[in-house]
Amino acid sequence: MTTTAPEDNRYAKSHEYVHVDGNVGTIGITEYAQKELGDVVFIELPTVGAQLEATDELGSIESVKAVSELFSPVSGEVVEVNELLRDKPELVNTDPYGDGWMIRIKLSDPTEVDELMTAEEYEEYIETESGH
Amino acid sequence: MADPSMMNREGLIFERSKKGRRGYQLPALDVPEQLDALPQSLTRGVIEDEVEVSEVDVIRHFTRLSKMNVSIDAGLYPLGSCTMKHNPRLNEEIARTPGFALSHPLQAEHQVQGNLELLWNLEQTLKEIFGLPRVTLQPVAGAHGELTGILMVHKALSKSGNARKYILIPDSAHGTNPASAHFAGYEIKELKSNARGVVDIDVLAQAVTEDVAALMITVPNTLGVFESDIRKMADILHAKGAYLYCDGANLNSFVGVARPGDMGIDVIHSNLHKTFSTPHGGGGPGAGPVGVSESLIPYLPTPTIERREDGTFYLDDSHPDSIGRVRAFNGNFGVLVRALTYMRSMGPDGMRRIAQLAVLNANYIRARLKGAYHLPYDAPSLHEVVFSDKNQLPHDVHTLDIAKRLMDYGFHPPTIYFPLIVAGALMIEPTESEPKEELDAFCDAMLAIAKEAEERPELVRSAPHTTPVRRLDEARAARQPVLRWKKQD
Amino acid sequence: MLAVVGVDSIDRLFDSIPADVKLDRLLNVEGPWSEIESRRWFRSVASRNVTAVDHLSFLGGGAYAHYQPACIDQLLLRAEFLTSYTPYQPEVSQGTLQSIFEYQTHQCMLTGLDVANASMYDGSTALVEAVLLAERMTKNRTKVVIAKSVHPEYTSTLRTYIQNLGIEVVEVPWGADGRINTEALREACDANTFAVAVQSPNFLGVIEDYDSIAQVADGCGATKIAVVAEATSFGILTPPGAHGFDICVGEGQAWGIATQYGGPYVGFMVVRDALKRHMPGRLVGETVDVDGRRAYVLTLATREQHIRRGKATSNICTNEALIALAANMYLSLMGKEGLREVAQQCLHKAAYLRHRLSEIASVLLPFSGPVYNEFVIRTPFPAVEILRDLEHSKILGGLALGDFVEGHDNDILIAVTELHTKEHLDQLVSAISVAISRERR
Repeated sequence: MTTTAPEDNRYAKSHEYVHVDGNVGTIGITEYAQKELGDVVFIELPTVGAQLEATDELGSIESVKAVSELFSPVSGEVVEVNELLRDKPELVNTDPYGDGWMIRIKLSDPTEVDELMTAEEYEEYIETESGH
Repeated sequence: MADPSMMNREGLIFERSKKGRRGYQLPALDVPEQLDALPQSLTRGVIEDEVEVSEVDVIRHFTRLSKMNVSIDAGLYPLGSCTMKHNPRLNEEIARTPGFALSHPLQAEHQVQGNLELLWNLEQTLKEIFGLPRVTLQPVAGAHGELTGILMVHKALSKSGNARKYILIPDSAHGTNPASAHFAGYEIKELKSNARGVVDIDVLAQAVTEDVAALMITVPNTLGVFESDIRKMADILHAKGAYLYCDGANLNSFVGVARPGDMGIDVIHSNLHKTFSTPHGGGGPGAGPVGVSESLIPYLPTPTIERREDGTFYLDDSHPDSIGRVRAFNGNFGVLVRALTYMRSMGPDGMRRIAQLAVLNANYIRARLKGAYHLPYDAPSLHEVVFSDKNQLPHDVHTLDIAKRLMDYGFHPPTIYFPLIVAGALMIEPTESEPKEELDAFCDAMLAIAKEAEERPELVRSAPHTTPVRRLDEARAARQPVLRWKKQD
Repeated sequence: MLAVVGVDSIDRLFDSIPADVKLDRLLNVEGPWSEIESRRWFRSVASRNVTAVDHLSFLGGGAYAHYQPACIDQLLLRAEFLTSYTPYQPEVSQGTLQSIFEYQTHQCMLTGLDVANASMYDGSTALVEAVLLAERMTKNRTKVVIAKSVHPEYTSTLRTYIQNLGIEVVEVPWGADGRINTEALREACDANTFAVAVQSPNFLGVIEDYDSIAQVADGCGATKIAVVAEATSFGILTPPGAHGFDICVGEGQAWGIATQYGGPYVGFMVVRDALKRHMPGRLVGETVDVDGRRAYVLTLATREQHIRRGKATSNICTNEALIALAANMYLSLMGKEGLREVAQQCLHKAAYLRHRLSEIASVLLPFSGPVYNEFVIRTPFPAVEILRDLEHSKILGGLALGDFVEGHDNDILIAVTELHTKEHLDQLVSAISVAISRERR
């Protein structure tokens, strides 16, 4: 599996990615974030229909000995939640950009996506994050 | 030879169950059965899956379980912040005195003069130790004491018109501090420690606004470093009408040497299961009495214990400004009896010796292990010392590995990954109970592990090798939680 | 050692404590006492108590003297249990961990619910934690409705804890049968109510009707909390889990723990599966080690203060592990038959005594609801005076209900357990009868 961030995603400083397809954004956490967390054991996600603003807390993710809040990189209505994660939270570890996705959001303001980091910018960002 | 891993196997008590076995005997019912005593609709059948075992089964089972624990009685147990000291057995005996053990919490005051006298004496003793004018004995744990203390601060500030919004807590604090402050109704503002690992006086001065209710601080802090500016901190807070709360988890390092009240501290809780030797019991019971300064006395939880002019004692519920009752009945009385027994055994000189030897022992370990292990903060420390795994990381050996390997040497590991301000922290607190031979054996083990980390890192990474079970799959436990036994069909 | 440390005296090690806060004298405290001196003083203090040591006691109200199997205390003194710490390092703490897992299992069986934690401080704080749990589960509701017949000290503890949390506590009175007044309960419950809490058997000793309470609570979507302060009652009463309750909390002292003036006891909390990730306190789960052997470990720890800090489900850290261990031993020894037999004896002995007392002409039974092992009687005279009279005959005859509830000055709360013989019960009947006739004179 590649450790580099896929080019067709955009990234938030809090280590979530959004993959845009039409007016729907798929959100998850990055490869870097899952590695930092370690074995993911539980994920708390919003319900379908929830309205989120960009940077709102969308849920939380737990490893054995840590818990982190998840933040929505974009605004909109939650249209789908990855039910697989309920029983197999480890998918976030094994395939964060694929089967380990978390929610899909109908974007209310697609221009927000442009303000997020590109893959290249994100790579640089984590370089400085982990380098201190 | 038998597989050593089989030596410590013991199934669940439920798996020992055999139909018809009994572990008890009661006298036959000697009153006529009252057939209509209970409506059928309220009655349950026997609890089908409950066990049927004999006394022999129970004694064997729990004796075997006990052998899978290490304990302070078996050797040095250097958990930082936990003060695992020797638990004198006199304390156990005294707490079991029938006159104490069989007394009932709701007995009339004239029937429990002995209990009240004991509690009153304990309060007097703690007042002197704290240098504070009143102490409540109601809280049954450190965190319970924290909540009690912060509720008092809240009530006092409310009375003067503004309860305020924030509690300041250093980033090195115990997790209970922010949790307790939150449940007392406050938001938390974290204070960054400075390069010496202590609270920076200028940072504090900046942070203390009219919105701040109190600073919660551990003295000495979780690095074992005494906040030498403590009086100035108190002055800064007091000037703004805020309070200074002290988490007394580390009182063992200065009991009899200095007093919280003289430092300007307004509220302190003391974990009697730490400094005053009541046994930890695998995670409790404990007790967390709270001492307060003059201005907080009206807000103490009820009841308080008072003495009349004629020398009799009573429980006083009549404090209109009290925060109220923090628990049913009278605190963990049995724990309080043990603590007073210990204090009486120590006396004035013994009390100071506790701190002196605890600090000497910790500094001896510090001196012997410094070099082999990285010391992230070089400031002088008192009763505990915090190392990190920085020197071992190049060999891909982490704090967790070092901790697990110590088990193979027969020692309980130190506290690990705490305080949070030290990456890969190893927090060692030997207490005053340890003789030099035991300290040396521990240091030798630590040094041997440091060497192994260089020469045979895989041995350390895969430790422990000699314990009843080896490293556990903690992710599995949390992903598909199995939290009880169930009968297999 | 000083040479290794590099100082010339122990005092130098304390240089970081400024002189102006150092104590320039020894503490002014008693001691040091030898064991002999300590025994002498503490035993003489203990002898100043008037207790069940040489008195016949009918005291209850949340603390009950039951049979204590002899081997429990002996096993509790095993150093490996007594002097070990919280089992954060599972490889060297399997004894404590497995015992907690067994304790959790017993709790689930007794209450008919799914998940139990490793213990709480006591019954009162367990109730508080249950209310706070319910509040977290229900967004934007601020009211807890609680029966007035819940132990008054539990309710005051709740009021203390929630005083700054924006939670309103509404108490619902009891009716003539001593059970919660269902009409008043219905009126108190509304769309703002996040939980309904009742105790059964309640503080008056009366067993509540869980079903009718559950029905009202369900009507407003409130979490149902059952409090049990007399834990041997699980041996005979249908458990709250069987009546759709969500949380059962209470006091485990009745499982053979000494009354010891109020503590240490052991609070328990058991919840429906859906609440497990929101519950406070430690939890032990089953897993395997690297060699595939079954083993136990503290789990779902991210709920707790040492990880989630200010956002934890509770501030609790220390619990009552050793007392929970004692409870596990008690429940195992008594087992399937013993738990039932203890409860039956309590039930029948209390029923016998209640009946005998009611035959005294001037004694009334103010509450008509069903009882387990505790009940209220009313005489024409103040309870404190009757009790004082009984004390002269070396009987601690019960609690003056008026000390806890206004307007009940003539009521006495009497508790019976399997320790009482028929002779004891008859003795109380005649002593009360005599006390009443003395009062008349």
